Amino acid sequence: MAADKVDPIHQFHIVKLIPINIGGYDLSFTNSALFMVATVAVASAFLYLTTSSRSLVPGRLQSVSEMAYEFVSNMLRDAAGTQGLKFFPFVFSLFMFVLVANLLGLFPYFFTVTSHIIVTFGLAALVIGTVVVYGFMKHGLGFLKLFVPHGVPVFLLPLVVLIEVISFVSRPVSLSVRLFANMLAGHITLKVFSGFVVSLSALGAVGVAGSVLPLAMAVALTALELLVAFLQAYVFAVLTCMYLNDALHPGH
Amino acid sequence: MADKNGPDGTGETGRGKQHEADIRDDDLERRRRDLEASLATRRPDRLEGKDAKASSVAGYGQALKLSSEFIAGIVVGVGLGWFLDRMAGTSPWGLIVGLLLGFGAGVLNVLRSAGVVAEFGQGDKTRDPKD
Repeated sequence: MAADKVDPIHQFHIVKLIPINIGGYDLSFTNSALFMVATVAVASAFLYLTTSSRSLVPGRLQSVSEMAYEFVSNMLRDAAGTQGLKFFPFVFSLFMFVLVANLLGLFPYFFTVTSHIIVTFGLAALVIGTVVVYGFMKHGLGFLKLFVPHGVPVFLLPLVVLIEVISFVSRPVSLSVRLFANMLAGHITLKVFSGFVVSLSALGAVGVAGSVLPLAMAVALTALELLVAFLQAYVFAVLTCMYLNDALHPGH
Repeated sequence: MADKNGPDGTGETGRGKQHEADIRDDDLERRRRDLEASLATRRPDRLEGKDAKASSVAGYGQALKLSSEFIAGIVVGVGLGWFLDRMAGTSPWGLIVGLLLGFGAGVLNVLRSAGVVAEFGQGDKTRDPKD
């Protein structure tokens, strides 16, 4: 009876808020879309409001914005060199979107946008698409040198190139799976432990006393999730920088 | 304490007005050196403590990273093979070859993200330090 009330997967259900159907395609405005809009709104509003005073000596909130800026720009410069800074708006937007989406997902009753693989895969496909398009634009067919390692015997080359191509294609998959799996697993664990608190306290006085243990666990997990939210946004941005480096300097 | 650098250890017998700035600099220098020395004694401890605490979380992250790299290689290899099978009707050979190649790519991904194998397109050349 208590089991059907505590459904750890229920939080990931997509609910249509405003049904929209254009030309046979379902383009409804869902709760996922709502939280994407909220994510963009929160991130933009935060950055805009905290930097609007433009004081030379930054206040607390302004220095948070400046830290985020410097953090991403240093990361990009380390991974892709100064040439990579032309991708700064792209990487910074990605970083802020993933970070704010992860953080918003930590609020109770909020929807976690990044816990759906199609969202994270969309972001990763955007990254790899940028890498491929920019690589071919800048280097032409020389971009294909990326798949040909130096010093490989000619008779092994077809095999090695095939494996390198698969390895390249698997990058967006591993990038998106990592973010999605971390958020999904974290939220399910959190929900399960919180569910234990509810189920146990229904058992009477002993249950209420015993429910302190899962409650403590849930508190600890929330702290861990906060760390994971930052870490995964960071990892996503770092890997984006590394892949952009391949587009800028293939064959190095 | 390093009294050689103290205000009295400057070798001056008297404190003329013209030496006051020098003496103040000297004093500042000594205090800065003291601060640096005491910071240097504290810094390694702090870093070590941080490492020990962060190592389990970092290890978890590393494990997840490597396993996702490996699985992604296999999934993409199998997916490509399956897709070719569907297009060309060569079932099951595309799947088999794709699985094997995907396995190879997965191993390559893991070794690459562990930093054992050179990055994309680098081969055995040493990396350009300016990039």
